[in-house]
Amino acid sequence: MPNPVPALREPQVSSPAKTWAAPRAAAARAHGAARRPHGRRRLPALAWSAALLVFLAALPGAGGCNSSYQTTSRPLCIAGSTSVQPFAEKLAEVYMHRHPGVRIDVQGGGSSAGIYAATQGAADLGASSRELLGEEKKLLEIPIAFDGIAVIVHPSNPLTTITLAEIRQIFSGAVNNWSALRLPPHAIDLITREEGSGTREAFEHLVMSKEEITPAALVQDSNGSVREIVAGDSHALGYISAGLVDDRVKALAIDGVLPTRDNIKNHTYKLVRRFLFVARAAPAGPCKDFVDFVLGPNGQKILEDEGLVGVK
Amino acid sequence: MHREKFIERVLLLLALSAIGSLALITIFIFLEGFPLILSAGLKNFILSSHWAPTKGHFGILAMIVSSVLVTLGAMVIGVPLGLSCAIVLAEFSPKRLKMVLKPTLELLAGIPSVVYGFLGVIWLVPLIRNYLGGPGLSLLAASIILGIMILPTVISISIDALTAVPDLYRDGSLALGATRWQTVSRVVLPAARSGIITAIILGMGRAIGETMAVIMVAGNALQIPTSILDPVRTLTSNIALELGYAAGRHREALFATGIVLFIIIMILNLSATLITRRR
Repeated sequence: MPNPVPALREPQVSSPAKTWAAPRAAAARAHGAARRPHGRRRLPALAWSAALLVFLAALPGAGGCNSSYQTTSRPLCIAGSTSVQPFAEKLAEVYMHRHPGVRIDVQGGGSSAGIYAATQGAADLGASSRELLGEEKKLLEIPIAFDGIAVIVHPSNPLTTITLAEIRQIFSGAVNNWSALRLPPHAIDLITREEGSGTREAFEHLVMSKEEITPAALVQDSNGSVREIVAGDSHALGYISAGLVDDRVKALAIDGVLPTRDNIKNHTYKLVRRFLFVARAAPAGPCKDFVDFVLGPNGQKILEDEGLVGVK
Repeated sequence: MHREKFIERVLLLLALSAIGSLALITIFIFLEGFPLILSAGLKNFILSSHWAPTKGHFGILAMIVSSVLVTLGAMVIGVPLGLSCAIVLAEFSPKRLKMVLKPTLELLAGIPSVVYGFLGVIWLVPLIRNYLGGPGLSLLAASIILGIMILPTVISISIDALTAVPDLYRDGSLALGATRWQTVSRVVLPAARSGIITAIILGMGRAIGETMAVIMVAGNALQIPTSILDPVRTLTSNIALELGYAAGRHREALFATGIVLFIIIMILNLSATLITRRR
């Protein structure tokens, strides 16, 4: 567009409030930074938050309970798998209720972080939803429960059973239409978990063998959001922890076997993983007491009530 | 006097610590991520789209492309809306209306991004799935949500740029017989051009850096999209999705993703600064 007068390009600004600093101040506002650019009080606050950021950045990445070592009666620390976390929290809550003197901290971070924390001694117990690999096998493993991985579809989907080979074909990307499963043709909205997730690792190990999950699959970062999508999308297919299946989604039978409690316990259902506590050495003191509680009838009952299958 | 010097020193120290922390964060990101780029090779990192970090594949091309596409999509939706909104508020609306509308629009910036994402999942995604097809979680959904999220940035900076144009120009143009629209489109807009470009670039920065809302609506698939209904994963979502579980080289790869993002945002901010200075 032609400029009417060349000089118009660069307006001479008369009032100081209208300098080009104004857009930038507005930019700062829009980004939620200092509302009053000249307010002196904001400066320390800004500096403090920046200092806090540095401090946070300097913290070790793996889960751990380092700070808790300073308290007099040291709390027990469990860190690791986010699949195990809600169950560990429930167990800790009940245990602490019965033993008011003991404190248990439960943290997430993922199986690998939990195993790492246990190896380093940063956590008393690491929680893992995958099997130990290589070097990690030096750790002591305490299986606490079995968890089935359910392959789920929308309740309106007429499909009731699927074979392991079909699941593998779908997740490898070789099959991407429901017509391959004798249903009306429509693209399969495939949902998987993110790389590094314990549920995904278990699924890859149990179903995919050497094949990779197709990059075309949607990726969600929790069992809950996978279930949420499948509940809302009649063409979706995903996998979640069997304990978290509710009536908004339908779990498929695999090779004719449904992921029921009995089928998971006697391993006729094929997609079963173990939930482990891992430790550097045999647990002692309050830690041993807690592990005994988890493996005892009360602990196992809690796990069963929460949808898992006990080891005893 | 002594006291004043002391306070000055303390303030200087605090200001420096803020800048220092920025420097530390930068150094930290580069230290953590650079070894991976070196060992995997820059070419394999930037030009491959095979991302399977636990199996030793670290290609982020699909995510770079997705980030660019999502940002462009947000621009296509957000810039015309934001710019027309700014023009109306700055040029055509009575002062009182402007006094009510402008703060309201800026309030949009205060809504947490998770709320935008939630609205997207609950409302926008099913609409796209039912009427346009595909899984709903898509490039399109992310672009629309981001297009709305950048509105406050684009609008408020554009308004400031437009009001910075002296009334003398408008008066002159009107006196020559131009209509109000001719005045705005031929005189005021060109005069405010650099401010408006800054608004657009800062909006882009906001769009490319947004994480939470994008994770919720974009679907996060690891492919280069072939249609606007395909799910995509941006650089920011990749970091946020996987950092929780990542260890070892996987973790380094996420920091390396951060380096790429860092460089892109630096380029955007630098160009915004250069454009505003070049007058």
